Amino acid sequence: MAASSTSVTSAGPARPAQNFWGRLRGGDEIAYLITFIAAASILLVTTLLVFELYVNSHLSRAKFGWSFLTTSTWDPVADQFGALPFIYGTAVTSFLALLIGIPLGVGAAIFLAELSPPKISDALTFLIELLAAVPSVIYGLLGIFVLVPILRLVEPYLRAVLGWTPLFSGPFYGVSLFSAGVVLSVMIIPFIISISREVILAVPGDQREGALALGATSWETVWDVVVPYAKKGIIGSIFLALARSLGETMAVTMVIGNDPKIKASLFAPGYSIAAVIANEFTEATGKLYTSALIELGLVLFALTIVINGLARLMLVGADKYKA
Amino acid sequence: MADLHTLRRKTVNAVMLTVTGFCALFATGTLLFILGYLFAHGASSLSWAFFTKLPTPVGEAGGGMANAIVGSGKLLLLATAVGVPIGFLGGVYLAEFGGTTFSYVIRYVTDLLNGVPSIVIGIFAYTLIVLPQGHFSTLAGGLGLGVMMIPIAVRSSEEFLRAVPNSLREGAMALGASKAKSILTVVIPAAKNGIMTGIMLNLARVAGETAPLLFTSFGNRYWSSGWEQPISALPVMIFTYAISPYQDWHNQAWAAGFVLLTLVLAVNIFARAVLAKKKHVAR
Repeated sequence: MAASSTSVTSAGPARPAQNFWGRLRGGDEIAYLITFIAAASILLVTTLLVFELYVNSHLSRAKFGWSFLTTSTWDPVADQFGALPFIYGTAVTSFLALLIGIPLGVGAAIFLAELSPPKISDALTFLIELLAAVPSVIYGLLGIFVLVPILRLVEPYLRAVLGWTPLFSGPFYGVSLFSAGVVLSVMIIPFIISISREVILAVPGDQREGALALGATSWETVWDVVVPYAKKGIIGSIFLALARSLGETMAVTMVIGNDPKIKASLFAPGYSIAAVIANEFTEATGKLYTSALIELGLVLFALTIVINGLARLMLVGADKYKA
Repeated sequence: MADLHTLRRKTVNAVMLTVTGFCALFATGTLLFILGYLFAHGASSLSWAFFTKLPTPVGEAGGGMANAIVGSGKLLLLATAVGVPIGFLGGVYLAEFGGTTFSYVIRYVTDLLNGVPSIVIGIFAYTLIVLPQGHFSTLAGGLGLGVMMIPIAVRSSEEFLRAVPNSLREGAMALGASKAKSILTVVIPAAKNGIMTGIMLNLARVAGETAPLLFTSFGNRYWSSGWEQPISALPVMIFTYAISPYQDWHNQAWAAGFVLLTLVLAVNIFARAVLAKKKHVAR
């Protein structure tokens, strides 16, 4: 099976010196086979992952069908499972994260790529890339013990300004959709910055020179010429950040409040898909409960695949990602 | 009139320069804040017992996380055993042997796997090992982390192998070496530093992963022997201790966070220094 598929794939590219028989001497075909098996096992692992998620969520899919996605009752005691509160929580926190993260991230990327002196830019970029390496549980730790107390201080002012909207009404306990969104925004900013910065740096120099020669200020050059040129890549970086925030588990679990209800207020505690899996998986009693949680995993998987796919489409144009 | 217009443009220019500068400052300020806060809080909660003692029962002060530190090490060892061979050899395939269609599929799937949320990888390891065996185990946790390592291992291996100039391959072949021999004795040694650095960065990344471990290796307040028992890991301990109601546990969570972050950042800084040096040589 493996041998036959080897000869098939190796016959594909038009490189006559490297066909299957040519490689037979010198152990070439063994090396080929070993690396081929490794590469194929990546395909196998990924397929198996989808398969396991699909098969093990069978009970829940059979019982609830598509209504799993549209009902909002999550009652393990009565064996009623609806994913809407979690989908809502995931969407709201990710949206909030983007709302805060996009302006800050893109702004910083513009500064680092175009406006700042190279030395400052290098130093800051280094620090920001380190920020991307901080484990999410550390963000959660800081979220609980630092961010939530800070938000408690900020909350009265927010309420004074925006309290008339339903978004900022109701009591604030600290853990909430709002806190989760803020933590997520801090987590995705480094991603937006480092990818957007690279995309902006890849814009050809003559674009800038042309604009500057026409008398544009440096900001006008950046905003009217460079950024539109890099637009697709920047949007791609935002999609990547979105995919990451949708799947982010630990930091969100620690500050979102873990309440499976849909409330209009951002100050209310909520729940996200990843958080409910993290919290309830080990205590899930009964096959249907586990199956429902695995189906949530399937939903999360599908969501991130779609968003990542979109990001890839956007980033294909950017030089760095041209494979 | 024209002057006013110019003045406006110059003002906008200056204002936006400042605003974007503040964005950059905010982002880096966050890191410095995280570091500063963790250092202040974590270092003061850190003691020798943290590295040498087991966790104490609830309510009893003191104790440490010796088992979690060893546990993280064991899990990373397993993860390396799963993720690195597949990732590295897969990278060799893509860089040296790959054709068009199959390589495209592999790259695509690798990207896809890289985008899978870590909690979903946890479910995968659970269904694969915990469910059939009926109990949590080190093995399942290591497998989860190993799967997480694969995509990055593939990509970094491929990238560094591709960076090896073709003239080296041609030279080896001109001397009569077979393709396998030239890869093994010329190409891989030339890319070795980069690949090792990639693996270290990869390890640093999964060392902080919590989500795939929650329902695979689960956690353990005692020593875990062999590979079949549940085992505790530093990030999982941080999580459980941080959401607990006890002040003493909070302090220990800070100490563990401090240790974890120090390790992760040290590896990152070291790796980046190695890579930067390599780039200078290449140019």
